[in-house]
Amino acid sequence: MTAATEPRRRRAGERPVTALVGLALTAGIVLLVLPLLGLLARTPWSRILALLGEPALRETLRLSLLVSVASAALSLVLGVPLAWLLARVSFPGKRLLRALCVLPMVLPPVVGGVALLAAFGRRGLVGAPLERLTGITLPFTTAGVVLAVTFVSLPFLVVTVEAGFRGLDARIEEAAATLGASRWTVIRRVSLPMLAPSLAAGSALAWARALGEFGASITFAGNLGGSTRTVPLAVYLELHRDPDAAIVLSLVLLAVSVAILVGLRDRYLGVGR
Amino acid sequence: MRPRHVLVLLAVATAACDGGASAADEPAVLTVFAAASLAEAFEDVAAELEHRHDGLEVRLNLAGSHTLAGQLLEGADGDVFASADDVEMARVVAAGRAADPQPFASNDLVIAVEPGNPKAVTSLADLARDDLVVVLPIGDVPAGRYAAAALERAGVEVAPASLEVDVRAALGKVVLGEADAAIVYASDVAAVGGRAQAVALPPDPAAGIRYPVAVVDAGRQPDLAAEFIELLFDDTGRDLLRRHGFGAP
Repeated sequence: MTAATEPRRRRAGERPVTALVGLALTAGIVLLVLPLLGLLARTPWSRILALLGEPALRETLRLSLLVSVASAALSLVLGVPLAWLLARVSFPGKRLLRALCVLPMVLPPVVGGVALLAAFGRRGLVGAPLERLTGITLPFTTAGVVLAVTFVSLPFLVVTVEAGFRGLDARIEEAAATLGASRWTVIRRVSLPMLAPSLAAGSALAWARALGEFGASITFAGNLGGSTRTVPLAVYLELHRDPDAAIVLSLVLLAVSVAILVGLRDRYLGVGR
Repeated sequence: MRPRHVLVLLAVATAACDGGASAADEPAVLTVFAAASLAEAFEDVAAELEHRHDGLEVRLNLAGSHTLAGQLLEGADGDVFASADDVEMARVVAAGRAADPQPFASNDLVIAVEPGNPKAVTSLADLARDDLVVVLPIGDVPAGRYAAAALERAGVEVAPASLEVDVRAALGKVVLGEADAAIVYASDVAAVGGRAQAVALPPDPAAGIRYPVAVVDAGRQPDLAAEFIELLFDDTGRDLLRRHGFGAP
């Protein structure tokens, strides 16, 4: 074997590999992009404003906005301490806890809904005593929808903010502490400002996921216009009633999701810069 | 990658897409689109037909009739369509995907309650009580239309906690204990054994709950599809349907 023929032989051997990778690339992009193009192709552009003006659709949009914002706020309150714990504290069983926190990201949402019924339903572990003591029941209520969508979206905030905590230089916080700042002052004046980008990214992701949640919500909270029928439920119901309305609502969700992802500029789920 | 390579790839990908035709000697498959309320009865009917034909596989696509009609209108492959009302069947017939629907069974509405009827529900009028959590099938599916019509005829206004996407989902909320009552078919309560109890309603000739069935497209499996439908009308089929709580058409 001479040095002159070596490179050419290698190139010949690479050709099938290049072809396979190219095929996979093409198929992958087609799979991801084609459905979106299909949606755009069937969008009734001339009817969009009229459809979005319909009271029933406006009601689902209003409810979805309310539910998703409430859920994102709840995710912030519950998720930041959890992210801090996972990023900064060592304790036995931490891996298990992290796996449990991330589980809803991969769990089929309808299973999440069943699990929520088992916990917070009228015969649930917590739901049964809750109803006995306070008369409060969560299924079929807007609060139940918030609970269900938060179960699914909270992990997105936890994972993003945990990565944010890991990216912080703990020495800056230590320096502030040695300069006499109290623990609370360090968190308020040093940690949180440095964390702001991950907090924003985590909240935006959790919000977008909450906005699109379907399975856990319909399983746990049911479907009623004005109290539990969010946009994804309306899309499902309208699909066989007025496909144009379903497509317009889908387009709204799509536009919001694209705006969020573009706005995040790759700063999601702990990847990116 | 050079542009020439991309063209080759596209050609390969296109060829791969065309190559999916099925072989002729595969075991026969009959696909039956059936209303959710028919689930258990049709499983038995399907088993009976499979028993009569060696190697036959009957696949049941069970969902709300409205969803099934929508799927057929979007071009889904099916051989038989059994709807829970004439409205959904008419949509499929109007689209030219089925013809000559025949009624093969009837059903009654009941109020499903928890076993033992702890909330003492005895009539449609009780469903207006505000100490009851009531769910109904959504008005898009036949059961929801029948339920709404029955409530209207009885002059009862109900504030449902949820409008479930099909009749089985509504019953499921009662079985799970999340709802106190739901309006469903008599056959549905029979299907869940002792996990729910039926409160019978007075006979209502205006209800007219009839299930039509038709061959889809008369295309892929016309003989087997026709045989499946014949089975619904012979003694064996009638007996199976009756055992699952359905009446004669």
